[in-house]
Order: sequence, then C-alpha cells, then structure tokens
Amino acid sequence: MSMNKALEGTGGWLDDRLHGARGVRVFFRKIFPDHWTFLLGEIALYCFIILLLTGTFLALWFKPSMTEMVYHGSYIKLDGVRMSEAYASTLHITFDVRGGLLMRQIHHWAADLFVAAIMAHMLRIFFTGAYRKPREINWLIGIVLLTLSLLEGLFGYSLPDDLLSGAGLRITQGVLQSIPIVGTYLSFFLFGGQYPGHLIIPRMYILHVLLIPGLFMALIGAHLFIMFHQKHTQMPGVGRTDKNVVGTPMYPYFMAKTGAFFFFTFAAVTLAATFAQINPIWIYGPYNPLAISAGSQPDFYMGFLEGSLRMMPSWQWVVFGHTFAFNVFIPALVPLGIVMTGAALWPFLEQWITGDKREHHVNQRPRNAPTRTGLGLAMVSFYGVLWLEGANDVLADHFDVPLYTITEIARVAVFAVPILTYIIAKRICLGLQRKDQHLLQHGVETGIIRQLPSGEFIEETRPVSEELRAKLVGPERPALPVGASGADADVPPPGMRGGVGRAKAWLNKVVNENVPEDGHGNGYGANGHGDEGQAPAAIGSGDTEDGSGHH
Amino acid sequence: MSDSTAGHRPGDHEPSGHEPDDLMAGLSHSGGQDDDAHDAGPHRVIGTPSPATSRSLLGGPEGNGAGQPPAVQRELPSEPDDPVGAKRAERIVAACFLIAMFAGLAFIAAYFIFGVHTVTATQHSNLALGSTMALAFIGLGVGAVIWVRRLMPNVELTEQRHPLRSEAADRAAFKQTFEEGADASQFIKRPILRRTLIAATVPVAVAPIILLRDLGPLPGTKLDHTVWRKGLRLLNYGANTPIRPADFSSPGGMITVVPDGYQDNFDALAKAAVIIIKFAPGQVVYTTNNHPVPGKTVQNWTVDNIVAYSKICTHVGCPAALYEQTTHHILCPCHQSTFDATRGAQVIFGPATRPLPQLPMTVDAQGYLVARSDFTEPVGPSFWERGPSI
Amino acid sequence: MSSTTVRRRPVTGYAVVLVGLLVAGLSYAVITQGTASAAPRGVSQQAQIAHGREIFLQECASCHGIFAQGVPGIAPSLIGVGAAAVDFQVGTGRMPAKQPDAENPRRALLLHPRQIRDLADYIQSLGGGPTIPTRAEVSQVGSDYGLGQQLFTADCAQCHNFDGASGALTYGKYAPPLTKSTPTQIFEAMLTGPEAMPVFNNTTITPQQKRDIIAYIVQTRTEPNPGGFSLGRIGPVTEGLVVFLGLLLFMVLMALWITAKHGKAHE
Repeated sequence: MSMNKALEGTGGWLDDRLHGARGVRVFFRKIFPDHWTFLLGEIALYCFIILLLTGTFLALWFKPSMTEMVYHGSYIKLDGVRMSEAYASTLHITFDVRGGLLMRQIHHWAADLFVAAIMAHMLRIFFTGAYRKPREINWLIGIVLLTLSLLEGLFGYSLPDDLLSGAGLRITQGVLQSIPIVGTYLSFFLFGGQYPGHLIIPRMYILHVLLIPGLFMALIGAHLFIMFHQKHTQMPGVGRTDKNVVGTPMYPYFMAKTGAFFFFTFAAVTLAATFAQINPIWIYGPYNPLAISAGSQPDFYMGFLEGSLRMMPSWQWVVFGHTFAFNVFIPALVPLGIVMTGAALWPFLEQWITGDKREHHVNQRPRNAPTRTGLGLAMVSFYGVLWLEGANDVLADHFDVPLYTITEIARVAVFAVPILTYIIAKRICLGLQRKDQHLLQHGVETGIIRQLPSGEFIEETRPVSEELRAKLVGPERPALPVGASGADADVPPPGMRGGVGRAKAWLNKVVNENVPEDGHGNGYGANGHGDEGQAPAAIGSGDTEDGSGHH
Repeated sequence: MSDSTAGHRPGDHEPSGHEPDDLMAGLSHSGGQDDDAHDAGPHRVIGTPSPATSRSLLGGPEGNGAGQPPAVQRELPSEPDDPVGAKRAERIVAACFLIAMFAGLAFIAAYFIFGVHTVTATQHSNLALGSTMALAFIGLGVGAVIWVRRLMPNVELTEQRHPLRSEAADRAAFKQTFEEGADASQFIKRPILRRTLIAATVPVAVAPIILLRDLGPLPGTKLDHTVWRKGLRLLNYGANTPIRPADFSSPGGMITVVPDGYQDNFDALAKAAVIIIKFAPGQVVYTTNNHPVPGKTVQNWTVDNIVAYSKICTHVGCPAALYEQTTHHILCPCHQSTFDATRGAQVIFGPATRPLPQLPMTVDAQGYLVARSDFTEPVGPSFWERGPSI
Repeated sequence: MSSTTVRRRPVTGYAVVLVGLLVAGLSYAVITQGTASAAPRGVSQQAQIAHGREIFLQECASCHGIFAQGVPGIAPSLIGVGAAAVDFQVGTGRMPAKQPDAENPRRALLLHPRQIRDLADYIQSLGGGPTIPTRAEVSQVGSDYGLGQQLFTADCAQCHNFDGASGALTYGKYAPPLTKSTPTQIFEAMLTGPEAMPVFNNTTITPQQKRDIIAYIVQTRTEPNPGGFSLGRIGPVTEGLVVFLGLLLFMVLMALWITAKHGKAHE
C-alpha cells in the first residue's frame, strides 16, 4: 500500500537522519481538549501567518522612503501633488498592481483581527484562571506579545505616510517629547532630528518587517512550545482532573480542525478585504504637518491611548525653567502602565493573596472566582471608557451630543464605571454560584407536577447529571483562607503579621468570597427551608430512603 | 532512545516486525552496554533515558513490556460511527472541495481578466479576486470541518499528565552535574578570573548602545526657534501668494499661511505653520505691551485686526486649525484643546496647557504681510527644557 | 363577525380610507399652491425686490427684524451679507429656521427657487455683499485637482473631514457633510462664511481656487470605493466595530461549530 511505501521511503530516510519516530509519535498522540474558547489564540496565530504572507507581497513593491516627488500615476485626483515615495508606492500597489488593493486590505484587516484576537484570548485566559501555575511564563510572554502587536500595528499603518497616520505619528512625537529629562533626546534620536525629518519611515519599516516579526516568531514559538510541553488546560467535566488531559489526538483530528480554522481565518479577512474598505489612503491624501482632518482616530487598539489624551485636564508644572507636562505623559503612560503592569503582576499577586501554590490544569468557570472576574471586567470597562472617549468627536457628531459633554462625562466615568462594574460583576458571579449550588442541592426540575395525597402540588426534581455535576463542581473548591481557623487563631501565622500581613489577610478574605457548598451563605437564615435541622418537605415520591425525591 | 547511543546493534534500524525484539534487546543490553563500554571513557552515557516505567500515553491495556506501543489493540477506530450519514457527508465534503477548486481557478482567471489602473477597474478587480479567494477558503474550511465531524469516528481519549516538577533524583543529578561543571570551570573558585571576565564583557555589552549615538543630533536649542524671521513674507498656503491686508479684509476670515521659501519644507512647516484671522473692530482684547500677556493679544503684532497664531497645537502638535467664526474659538480636532482667538489664544478647554504663540506681524514696503521676528517663545508641544510661556 | 352582516372584505375599508386621504392631500396641495405665488416672468428688477421684501416680512422679519437689522441673541443682521448668503441659507433649507438653535441643518426647502431669487435680490439691495456666482464661476472644467486637494486639506478638512463628511464643533455645533451641496452652494458657503464657518473671500481664495476645491470635493464624493463598502468613510472607528462585531464574531461562530459535540464519543 502506498502509505507503507511513503512511511518506509521518505519517512525512513528522515528518521535515519533525525531519530524522529518516537518524538513525532508523541506529537501525533498529543491530546487536545475541545472547547471553542481554546481556539481564540489560534485566530491570532493564523492572522500572524497571513500577515507574514501578505506582508511579503506588499514589501515587494513598497518603497520606505520619505523623499518627496510629484505624483503622475493612475490616481488622477492626486496628479501633480507632492508626496513621499512611500505614499506614492502605496498608491501604486493599490491602483497599479493586480491584487494589490486586496493584499493591502487583507493585511490591514488581519492586523486588526490579530490584536483583537490576542485581547480575546488574553481575556479568556484571565477569566478561566489559565494563567495560574505552571503557566505564568506563558502569561508573561503573552503580555509582551500584546505590547509588541500594538507597536507593530502602529508602525505598520504609519508606513504609507498618509494624512491620518501621519497625524498619529505627530502625536507620538509630541508625547515622546513631553517626557521629563529625556523626552527631547528620545524624539531627536527616533526621528533623526526635528520632526518629521527623513528617517522615521525607513526606521519604522525595518522595525516592522524585520525586528518585531523576528521577536514575534521567537516568542510565539516559545509560547506554543511551552503550551505543548505543559499540555493544554481543560474545562471542568466528567473524568477531567488536574492529572490528565481529555480530548482528541493531534493526528488526525486536531490537525484537521486547526487546518480548517486556518482557512476560516483567511476566509474571514479575505471577505472583509473584498467587501469592507479599510484605510483608504487615497482619500486621506499624503501627509502634511499643517493639515488635519476632523474625526481623526488611530486604529482601534490605540484608541484607549487617544481617549486618555483627550480626557486629561490641562495640568502642567513649570519649575526652575523646566516643564513637567502632566497633561501629556500621564495619559500616555499611566493607563497603559496600569493595564500591562497589573496584568503582568496579577498571577503572582493572586498567588500571594490566596497562598495557592498548586499546579492547575483545569480551568475555573469565571463565576467561581468572583473577585478575579470582577477585577477583570473592571479593567475591561476602564479600557472601554478610554476607548469611547477616543472616538468622542465621532460620537458627538453622530449622536448629536455636545462635544465637551462627552469629555466631561468620561472624566468621571473612567473612575466610576470600573468601580461599579467590579461591584456588579462580583455580585452577579455570587448569584450565579448560588444558582449552581441550588441545582446541585435540589436537582434539576423535570417539569413533572405531582399531587401529594395531602392535596399539595410539587414539582419533581431529578439529580443533576454526571456531566453537569462535574462541570458545576469543578475539580476543587478555592483554597482556604491562609491561616484562618484552627486552634491557633489568636496567633497569626508569620505571613499574616504586621501591616502587610494584615492587608494580605483582608485581601485573602475578599478574593475568597464565595458561596459555600451548602448554598446558604446569604445571611438570611435557612434560605427558605425553615429550620436548618429539618429535612426539606417530601419532594417527589416517597419511595426513596431520604425522602428527598432523588432516585 | 538507547538505540542511537548503542549505534551498533545489528538490525536495529530495520522497521516494523523486528521492532519489539530490537527494543527489548536494546533495553536489556543498556546495562550491559555500560559494562562493555568501560573502555569508551565516561562511565555514564549522556542520553540514556532515566529509569522510567511504561510511558504508554493512552488508556488501555499495556503492551508487552516497558515503553512499547500496544501492538495489537487499535487506539482509534477506523470507520465513522454512522456509515450511511458518512456516505452523504462524503459527497458534501467532496462538493465543498470542488467548489473550492473552481473558486481557485476562477481567482486565477480573474487575475488576468480584470485589469486595474482606474478606480472603477480596481473596484471590479478587488471584488472578483477577493470573492473567489474567499470562496476557495470557505470551501476548504467547511469541507474540512464536515469531514472531521461526520467522517472521522468520534473519540475522546485521555492522556496522563506528569507533574512538571522533575523527580527529586533528576534534580539532584542536575544539581550535581551543574556543580561539578562549575567546579571544573574554576569560575567560583577563582574570583580574579570571574571578576575580570565580567569587567571585560561589560563595555562590549554597552557598545551597541553607544553605537546608536548618531541616530540623531542633540536637541540643543533647536526646538526654541522656527524659520520665521524679520521681513519674511506670509504666503497663502497652496496658492503660495503673498497677502495684502486689503485682500484679507472680511471679518471672520481665516487662512493657513506659511513662510516664504519654505512652502514645501515639512521640517520647517511642522513648527512654522501659522493661521491668520481677520476680526471686526472691537472684537479682540488687546494689550499694548510688546510681549504676550495672559488672556490678551499683542496689538503691535497685528495689522488692521488681522492676528497671526501658530497653527501647531501646544498639546501634542496637531494642527489646531478649526476656527469657529461665531465663538472665535480655535479648536484642535485631535484632542479638543480650545483656544480663544480674541484673547491671545488662551486655553479655555481641553488638555493643552499653553496658549498658541502669536506671530509678530507687520507689513513690508510693498504692503504685504511679513513677520516682525520669530515667535517669542517655542511653538508646539511642551518639553522638559521649556520654561514658562510668558 | 355574525352571519347576519353583509360580508365585506376587510381590505375594502382600508382602500376607502386611503383614497380619501389621497384626495384630501392633493386638494390641499393644489389649493395652497396658489397662496405663496411666485412673481411671473419678465417682471422688472424693482418688482422682484419688492416681492422679495414681501417674502422677507412674511418669513424672516420675525427673527431678523423688520429692516433686517438683526435681533441680538436671536438672529444676525443681514445688511451686507449679500445675495450669495441668502441663496445659500435659504437654498439649502436652513432658513427660514424654525427656532434659533446651535446649528441649523440642511432641510427640505420652504421656499420656491424663484422666491429665493427675489429674496436674495432684496437683501442685496439693502447693503450689497457677495453676489450669487454664475454658472461659469462654478464650472469645474479644467480644474486642478492637486491644488484643490492641498487647499481643501489645509483649510477645510479640519472641520469637514477629509471626505467632506461632517465634523463635530463645540457646544452642539457641527460642520455639515458636503454630500448634498451643489457646486454653487459650496462656492457661496466659502464666500459668505455661514454660521460658524470662516469667510474665504475671493481675494483670499480666488474663484479659480474655489473651483479647484469644488472639483476636489465633487470628485471625492462621487468616486466609487474600490475596496468594498465604504463603512461611512469615517475611518478606524467603524473599522474597529467591524473587527469585533464582524470578524471576531464570525471566528467565534466557526469555533463553536468546529468544537460542537457530535455523535457519541468512544471511550
């Protein structure tokens, strides 16, 4: 049979040189758990591949040069206009290279989807606790990847040197310049002198096509290798523990599914590139430092920085002939700093608070970690408020709201909304926990109504199915509060002494706030069941031992 | 794994049928090999696997002996669960792949059929190429998914995890190897070697940063000045014609102006772009001082109620160009810094902290608007070395 | 419905009402047509101005004052604004305004073109001002798109957006979209500086330069979108929405499909 021949022929040749039979077999039999949220990271991975392919195409025609020239190409509306060679070559790709516009648009849509997918993937990891030991390294690599992707996108869309991205570049330069002590030096070194100079586009180009993609390949490789080596996490379910992985093997199942997903990703960005115009630089026109358009926004992933710049009040401090331009470098550095640093530190902070140093391979449902979920959603809402403020002039124009009012609302909302979100989200999680506990305690309603001899009507319940129980209960309950209870409760353990220790104890209490297993932790007594000691009223038939109606 | 180090077992590279025997032979001889090879050098062979028991990964009965795959029992069923449904699915998948094939061919054809060079042609080309390509990908993707779901037998397998923490013995062995090597290298025992090595590498490591010095010139005082100077004419940007006050005479007028000779110089324009605004008499709040006063416009620097302000916003440098004739506000569209043009462009809303600098103006002998001098303060965004505005 | 009533089709009732409404509407239109009558052709300039004054008193004086001197806080003086301003404001339906507002948007015309002409003549007679441009003055034949692009981006895009879409101003004002403006109206707007828009008189931006700008605007708004649907030509804001609500959603749906349970699993 030809399969045999291929294996023995080519396969044998390779194996003779590489000793691969065992290793490749291990790879083939690797088990991958199935859950749709596990595919979010793959969206980013495949977008990266698509970006490499389309980017190579574009690089064959793009000229990363700021040399001025007069345009006499196919796009007659700009005939006779002075522009940089970078801009002119982008017009050339768009209007004179077959498939050029398609490739440009696929490249840009894929870049946007890349960042969006990384964010979605990161949120999934966060809300299911998949960053916990042993995956902290991958979490940190992921944060670096996210930051790199923002930079890569910024440099990428600034390469064509059009009016919209040029305005963004000017803002970047102004922000850089405002940094105390080193700002002007950084700006002059990056731009090779005063803004705009002639060097920024070639420099961004080499960062965009060589340095950052190289870093990406190394980090994505490490990210995937570590994930392989540690094996993927899995959602709670029947037979799933912290000591196994349940799913389908790589070969042929996962390969086929992930291959299909690659084609879907490519199809999605291609459909977008066919039917939705993106970055129409020919309408924006070439960059000119004295021109600007109303409704100028950066690509969505930079929107939160734009929003923070817009919402900041005009604070500065001039002392001894030097300026602290708070109005610029605070919005530029603080929100980004909070989000990225907070994210990077969170696994370690959570470990410190909960004292949980075990390996975790089963994901937690977000509702089972209410503080984490509340904090995560608060961060998302913080990001969201900044994002919306970044589009404030578009919102003002389209929804007929006065311009300044949006900014004034945003200044308050950026503090109030995350706090509210935390509180509401946490309460919702606890409520969902209570609902789960109710299901576990009292079973699932069957819809069968039965009349008791005494005349009452009751609804029969049946115990929760094996699958659902495994999903609701999960592999374990949260760690007990560190140092709580026990005989030596008067003497706190070493980790809980002093100011820091007491803070840790309080944080531990907050983080571990959960509905206890009997489901009755709402402080209102027996939760409608009368005295605690009394057995519930006979539910269902009386032909079971405990009379609870559970068969 | 021991095969490779043994290397000279007869027939150990032969496939299939002899496998178990060879592996068995290889394993059973691993200890013997150590004894036999005492003349080869080190008494421990790197690459010998640690003494692990069966590494069968999937559930099911163990094979015959350590480390071999179960020779007889299949791990994966070979036929799909629903044979009738599978036949139908096969047809559907085949159809999807055929659609993908035709779409791919259509893509190639479309490339040659649809030309570009005009906006409309580009539109048609993009539509044709994009839709065929997308269809090809969708066909492939949908076909593959249906294949997996309906044609591959449904399995759910379990793989055991091993604790990631290495065995204590392995850790100890590593520690010993590491310490032995550190000892042998003399790195710890001879501090002079160690310290001089570090001393040697530090400058070399710092050198790449030093090499970046010529990335750009030092800022010096470059940010304090623009190209404006005494007698330089204001040109109407675009037309690049000089301006007479009598021509720019309609109250409520505004236009972008650039210094004569620099209309194509972006480096200059990024700081020297200016807007002039014409006011009706009595609208502007003037000061008779010859220097800026907060909230007032310097009258000496204006001509016939025409005022010149820097167009570069003092927030982060976007052109602050939006002028509202009715409110006399200059609004920067980037972050909504707003300046009052009748009061020295002072900030009335938004993140900017400094008013737009006013350009001192007068008229020359021919009656055209010219600058009296450069701006009296740095234009554009704030920076560390910049002192107070006034 | 009891069997004793005559069986009618339900649709008959609706048809009767519809016909009645149509008749009433048409009658009203015909009857009211006559009241605000336009001056007949061939009438002298004097008559036009007089007619214009009548219209002014009827439609405009309540805000602008009987002598068009303006009412502080309500409406500006119209002395010296010129026929061009009237043609623009009334010809785009902005005037007569229903109420003083932050911004008067383009609306359906309340006055006839001939009425507008007469009104314009009247206002022109009050204090002079810019006149309505002729056809030749707004013709874009031989225009220089390149110069139009430069001027538009330097002096117009910051309010009207690079596409001539709208842009937000302060306190509820906005720079309106240029999608429906005729070349004449664009010319007049530049010339007269309506509402918050600055004035670009003919010695600052010459008529030829104005034509170049108009050519650029018209070309930009009429040219097709080669990349697909324009998404409003708003830029990254709508593109970002498409990424999340379109692309990511599509991928999530595909992921749900790929990983959905199917059949009974072995083992």
